[in-house]
Amino acid sequence: MKPVIEVRDLHFSYADGTLALDGVNFTLYPGETVALLGANGSGKTTFALQLNGILQGAGSIEVCGLPVIKENLPAIRSKIGMVFQDSDEQLFMPTVLEDVAFGPLNQGCNPDEAVARAGATLQQVGMEHALSKAPYHLSAGEKRKVALAGVLAMRPEILVLDEPTTFLDPPAQHNLLHLLQDLPQAKLIVTHDMMFARALGRRAAFFERGKLVADGPIDEIIGRFQWDYSAFDAALRYSAQRRL
Amino acid sequence: MHHVLIDHWSQGSSPLHARDPRAKILVLLIFLIVLATTPANAFVTLVIDIAVLTSGVLLAGLPPVGLFLRAAAILPFSLTFALITWLAGDLWRAVGLVEKSYLSTAAVLLLVGTTPLTRLLGALEALGVPRVLVLLAQFLYRYLFVISEQAQHLRLAAACRGGSAGPPRSRLQAAAGAIAVLFARSYYRAEGIHRAMLARGFGGRLSLLNPLRFGARDAAFTATIGLLLVLARVQ
Amino acid sequence: MHIPDNFLSTPVWAALDGVSIAAIGLTIRRAGRELPDTRIPLLGVMGAFVFAAQMINFPVGPGTSGHLVGGALLACALGPAPAVLVMTTILATQAFVFQDGGVLALGANVFNMAVLGVLAGYLPFRLIGATRRGLAIFSGGFLSVLASGSLALSELLISGVRMPRPLIITSLGFFAVNALIEGAITVSVIQALDKLNPGFVQKPAAARSRVLAALGAAGLALGVAGFLIASSAPDAIQNLGQTLGISEKSGFQTPMANYTAGNFESAWLRRATAGLTGLLLIWAVCAAGARMIARRRSA
Repeated sequence: MKPVIEVRDLHFSYADGTLALDGVNFTLYPGETVALLGANGSGKTTFALQLNGILQGAGSIEVCGLPVIKENLPAIRSKIGMVFQDSDEQLFMPTVLEDVAFGPLNQGCNPDEAVARAGATLQQVGMEHALSKAPYHLSAGEKRKVALAGVLAMRPEILVLDEPTTFLDPPAQHNLLHLLQDLPQAKLIVTHDMMFARALGRRAAFFERGKLVADGPIDEIIGRFQWDYSAFDAALRYSAQRRL
Repeated sequence: MHHVLIDHWSQGSSPLHARDPRAKILVLLIFLIVLATTPANAFVTLVIDIAVLTSGVLLAGLPPVGLFLRAAAILPFSLTFALITWLAGDLWRAVGLVEKSYLSTAAVLLLVGTTPLTRLLGALEALGVPRVLVLLAQFLYRYLFVISEQAQHLRLAAACRGGSAGPPRSRLQAAAGAIAVLFARSYYRAEGIHRAMLARGFGGRLSLLNPLRFGARDAAFTATIGLLLVLARVQ
Repeated sequence: MHIPDNFLSTPVWAALDGVSIAAIGLTIRRAGRELPDTRIPLLGVMGAFVFAAQMINFPVGPGTSGHLVGGALLACALGPAPAVLVMTTILATQAFVFQDGGVLALGANVFNMAVLGVLAGYLPFRLIGATRRGLAIFSGGFLSVLASGSLALSELLISGVRMPRPLIITSLGFFAVNALIEGAITVSVIQALDKLNPGFVQKPAAARSRVLAALGAAGLALGVAGFLIASSAPDAIQNLGQTLGISEKSGFQTPMANYTAGNFESAWLRRATAGLTGLLLIWAVCAAGARMIARRRSA
């Protein structure tokens, strides 16, 4: 099976010289779901932004066989759909319909096609009633779903979601989870929510100070780095007992 | 809040809502120009103007009391000047000031109350307003309330930390600091928006979705009301 | 400072609408390169920021508070041309959505606050911003508000709005105080911005358009002239309005029915042209004078 994402020896530093990615190697196969874990500032989001060329580092990245270079960016941005952490930054058009139609319009659809696709994906995520609403009037969960619809309307093969459960209450989290579980695309999910990550996929990649230090079964990684809250419980209870 | 109400009004459906926004803008302009050039004592003209405006409000299905109450926001300003003008000996001008500025405000309310902002902007662009300004207005409006909310949070946070106490100089610096933070957040937000646009294939040119269609009904609407207002003026 | 409809006389608001349209068109043409579609979200968001910032209270003294207008701040942070367009958009939004300021009077408000206000706010920054940053920014804020306010007042007077002398003096005093507040707030905000990120507000580019500087000076001159005349001889402005025929006389105007179509048109046109010419003349004189000064200074 050919990988849909192939990253080799990726390096990236910010303009002020901070090293953000230090020799990252990564492969993603069709239909796979991988959770990107790590502390804040470890490079997860920076890594994600490299995949569709928003940030450009040194090294080789191939998306569906296409190298991530300027000429291929339009095609690559059709193949990778990215849901950003801040939905208000993602939904920048005045109404839901216009926002979801933004992607298809950029892909060359005429207005009618774009509207049709937008309607279909909004129905898919259960937001077809909000067509003419302004994003400002939506809840965090609804905005997240509209953002997802906007991305799905471009018919991508890969979904990248940056901390998708931020600001969502548990019902909204469940809703999003079920939606994602039904989607066939390969998924990369940057998240701090271990339950969410476990429910969606079996593989995780762990970032530490710009390096990808572990890549394997998610339970193993969570256990190794004690990345699960419940793993701390015992330690907390123990120290609480000692103080008493 | 004011804009929320107007947003709500503009989403309604009535014969007036269905008119091409360009027709409504043209009629508004005719109304305003006619009103501006009407002497304060031309009662017939004014009565006809009020009648046209009120029937517009009713036809649009907007709450007349609500709309005319909101238009009253202009009154403190105009009444003050009217008082001064009256005391200076020009009663008719004073009266004219109050009644005309009030009717103008109500007319603008009727336009924005029957036209969603995106269609209004599209119409303005079709009527010749430069694209840059239309797009600017679109983004400004989109983020106006988001950023206003942030500003309120900053104010609240400052108040919680005793922001209303202390010497004026430090309060000035605190408020200036809050504004600077708001600036920075807005600036980085704009960066985020840019990235989100790139990620969805933005190729350098923003395209508008809804083509406006100026039909026979719109032409009839513009012609009839426009003619009526002008005739009322010159009679 | 937002002038509503039906306060200005027809020749005045019509002329200012024309002038503003021309000024905006010129700004867009000149700034074309600086305004690719990719920059528009930033400008829009900055417009929303200023709008929101205008609602923040600044404690000024016992019981009084001031507000930021933002023309000078935008000019220093974004550059004069984008600032003009952003302020224009803010004013248009205020007029339509919030009914703050008239629609026919939008030209006048744009002229006062978005064009001349911004340019007068930018001028000190452009001239001495590299060496005396704090003073330049303070002056910019101060002059921006003073010019806008005085112009608005002059336009009202020239239109024949009756204002007793004490009220005029009080208004000018009010503008002067607000101008000082604007200067103080603008300089404080920019100092705070410099601490957050020195890249936000840079030094003005040395080789910027001289025309902008000249226009800024013209705006400044117009504003200051308006202020001085309004404060010392408000009757002069009122008389000027009447002489030029652009002042609205009392309510009992000659019924238009007496005019034949031809006469009606020419009388109105005559007055409008007189008004427009008068304003443009003042503008041209100031601009020419400012250009001469700017040229001599850079020689």
